[in-house]
Amino acid sequence: MTQTLHSPLLLCLLLLTAWGIVGLAGLIRPASVAFAGRTLFPLGAVCGAAVAYVAATSLFAPAEQIVLSIGLPDLPVHLRLDSLSSAFLFLLGAAATGISIFAAGYFRRGEGTPPGLMCLQYHLFLASMGFVLLANDAYSFMLAWETMALSSYFLVTTQHRIPEIRSAGFLYLLIAHIGAIAILLSFGVMQGGSWQFTFDAMRAAQLDPAWATSAFLLALFGFGAKAGLVPMHVWLPEAHPAAPSPVSALMSGVMLKTALYGMLRVTFDLLGEPVWWWGLILLALGLFSALYGVIFAAAQTDMKRLLAYSSIENIGILFSGVGLAIVFAGTGMRIAASLALIAVLYHALNHAFMKSLLFLGTGAVLHATGERNLGRLGGLIHRMPWVAWLTLVGALAIAGLPPLNGFVSEWLLLQSFLFASEVPQAFVNMLLPLGAALLVLAAALAGYVMVKFFGVIFLGQPREAALQEAHDAGIAERAGLAWLAVGCVLLGLLPAQVIALLSRVIQPLGFSGLPLDDGSWWLLVPLPQRQISYAPLVFFAVILVVIVLTIAAVRFFYHQRVRRSDPWDCGFGRLNSRMQDTAEGFGQPIRHLFTPFFAMARELPSAFDPAPRYRVVIGDRIWRGLYLPLGRLVRRIADAVAWLQQGRISTYLLYSFVTLVTLLALML
Amino acid sequence: MNMTALPFDLQLLNTLAALLLLLSFAMLSQRRIVTLINLLAVQGALLCIATLLLAWRTGAGHLYLSAGLTLALKVIFLPWLLHRLIRKLGVYWDTEPLLNTTGTMLVGVLIVVFSFGLAQPISALASTATRNSIGIAVAVVLIAFLTMITRRKAMSQVVGFLSMENGLFFGAMSATYGMPMIVEFGVALDVLVAMLVLGVFFFQIREQFDSLDLQHLESLKEDQ
Repeated sequence: MTQTLHSPLLLCLLLLTAWGIVGLAGLIRPASVAFAGRTLFPLGAVCGAAVAYVAATSLFAPAEQIVLSIGLPDLPVHLRLDSLSSAFLFLLGAAATGISIFAAGYFRRGEGTPPGLMCLQYHLFLASMGFVLLANDAYSFMLAWETMALSSYFLVTTQHRIPEIRSAGFLYLLIAHIGAIAILLSFGVMQGGSWQFTFDAMRAAQLDPAWATSAFLLALFGFGAKAGLVPMHVWLPEAHPAAPSPVSALMSGVMLKTALYGMLRVTFDLLGEPVWWWGLILLALGLFSALYGVIFAAAQTDMKRLLAYSSIENIGILFSGVGLAIVFAGTGMRIAASLALIAVLYHALNHAFMKSLLFLGTGAVLHATGERNLGRLGGLIHRMPWVAWLTLVGALAIAGLPPLNGFVSEWLLLQSFLFASEVPQAFVNMLLPLGAALLVLAAALAGYVMVKFFGVIFLGQPREAALQEAHDAGIAERAGLAWLAVGCVLLGLLPAQVIALLSRVIQPLGFSGLPLDDGSWWLLVPLPQRQISYAPLVFFAVILVVIVLTIAAVRFFYHQRVRRSDPWDCGFGRLNSRMQDTAEGFGQPIRHLFTPFFAMARELPSAFDPAPRYRVVIGDRIWRGLYLPLGRLVRRIADAVAWLQQGRISTYLLYSFVTLVTLLALML
Repeated sequence: MNMTALPFDLQLLNTLAALLLLLSFAMLSQRRIVTLINLLAVQGALLCIATLLLAWRTGAGHLYLSAGLTLALKVIFLPWLLHRLIRKLGVYWDTEPLLNTTGTMLVGVLIVVFSFGLAQPISALASTATRNSIGIAVAVVLIAFLTMITRRKAMSQVVGFLSMENGLFFGAMSATYGMPMIVEFGVALDVLVAMLVLGVFFFQIREQFDSLDLQHLESLKEDQ
């Protein structure tokens, strides 16, 4: 028993099983919202916190593995917990805790799937993500991966009576499966002729460069599809808004990271030494995704779609960081690669917290108002102060403002871009700084998007009369939001400690970690020889002092009291709540600047129209240019194949007969 | 192989095997459904005798049991069931087969040649006394398959299906002196259940289309 308690892997296994049991318990009273909400989701949150704790402690433990002989004969389940798995398990546990607490107060009666069943799907989703991180052979990895895809599919289609949600779910399932096939093929290549599908065998296999490259490309396609990398992103803006908010939070905050985990595992662990130019592919795709995601986010009018596009942006940032690390590692620049990898892991952790926080915030708004359309929201900071202020933390963090966490990781990534001039390949070292510029552009636009997101929902005047009745979130929902917001703040204020931990994570991948200056706990000096430093606490203190001084100055020296008056109305005199900047209006400059990205259809009213209408439909060029022709091609092939289906039994029997005889003849 | 060199009981067994094949050809050419069912019963009876012979020769107790099972199921029960069915449904004749009888028979001959060629390496490996009959067993299976392909009436197809099962049973017996008892029981049960289910289907099909001609099922195909 004591042995069990000292083994983090067994503890993790126990906790993941506990998630499964909590889920199954939902079936006891499937129709009871109170039972699932008050008992099971809080239990799930406790498990989540325990997973995070165990994972955090196991960062210091050496890697351990076990073989469980369950399942099919001769196919035992190999599990392994090393520090890379631990880091992602921590992410899973910590984010799931906040989301589960929120979910305890979120689900209401009559949302399609009965709450008990939803509880099962939700916890199965959590447990399968955990098993993805622990799996040490291709079979159990794929099993967990597919369970994850299926359980999340059912969660996405919770409100399955709505046709749009069903088709969003189908698109998600389709792309998830195509991606899974690519991952499976990649494993098939990586076993390298040994026909052993354990990850240990893949580590030992010596692949020649062409095969290694094909394995890498297949893995990139598969994991990229799951992560939502452009051009495999189309499912993401459909599926995330369709799902209930806690599920969107889990999918965006955690599930996308399992794809990142897979990419890191394959590239740096299973394939051994990556080839440097692989990184350029990732870098290009990642940067394009970042820019594409943020531009589309700026043009959205549905708050959850906006966040979904913002997830594409962040996935792009993460993958471009991985690409940079590959370029550095492949050219022998270990320190630079370490920095890039740490930035990636840091950003993954940050994004899990801030994107979950924002999605949950939209969930609270959705429940209070029943609206997802930004054009019908506004002024909610007065009605929902808790949700508004906690969401503001997330919005500031994702906009990359110090002293919050989003700034730290983006700053680290930009720092690692500065190593580009030392890359020995000509042209590459000249082009990489352009990548840094694109990244900065994306980060700046993310700020713009967040101003739009927060400003249109929470600030200004309510655009609809119904918003006056909006009520603040319940206690469980506030607690869940607060957990994630505190995470964002802590990750922002204690970067030196976080980086020291993340340095351990990349050690098993063959990187030494950073030569951190341990002298001062409040000051982050990632690379002493470069003389760069960042002190978030000082920054925070300065901001606080400035705010306090401003308030004091206004209060004591300027006019000494709060005056309330109407805003200046240009002499027009009848200002109403519809005369505010709208979501469309706010996104218009971006739509104008980046017109080539959009497939836009606009209807402008003429000046003499008695009932003027303004309509703009923003389409995705990739959807029209790539997916629709692909879909038509598949349909044509399917129609051709349908010729085989004559509907006559004797024909089908003939097919069997010919197959049988052919196989027998081959045996000769 | 030199026939006279074999002991008498094995010669008898080979004769039975040859008769089985002959019956398969008879079924391939037969268009009267009542006769088809009778042929099936005879085939079952031959199978039963062959099993008994083999049981007596090898002294394997479970073969007696499987002979009894064959007798009860394939000689008595299923033919009785089929006869009852055709009386109720009133189908006595199959229409002209899709390929004419002569052509079908020629294809059957080709199948026999193919089966013997196929069975040669297996026969060389098998250590049983009956290894020469493996080719015949394969031929019986494939010819039964051919019977199913060339027929239009659901009833004839079921008879073909049962004949195929006979061939499989004979093959298993020749190659390894029968399957383990549990498998044999399972297969017997499967055939029984399949027969009952198909019986229900016949009535449903007739109710839907007023005929047992499978051509009507083509209309079930999804239109493009």
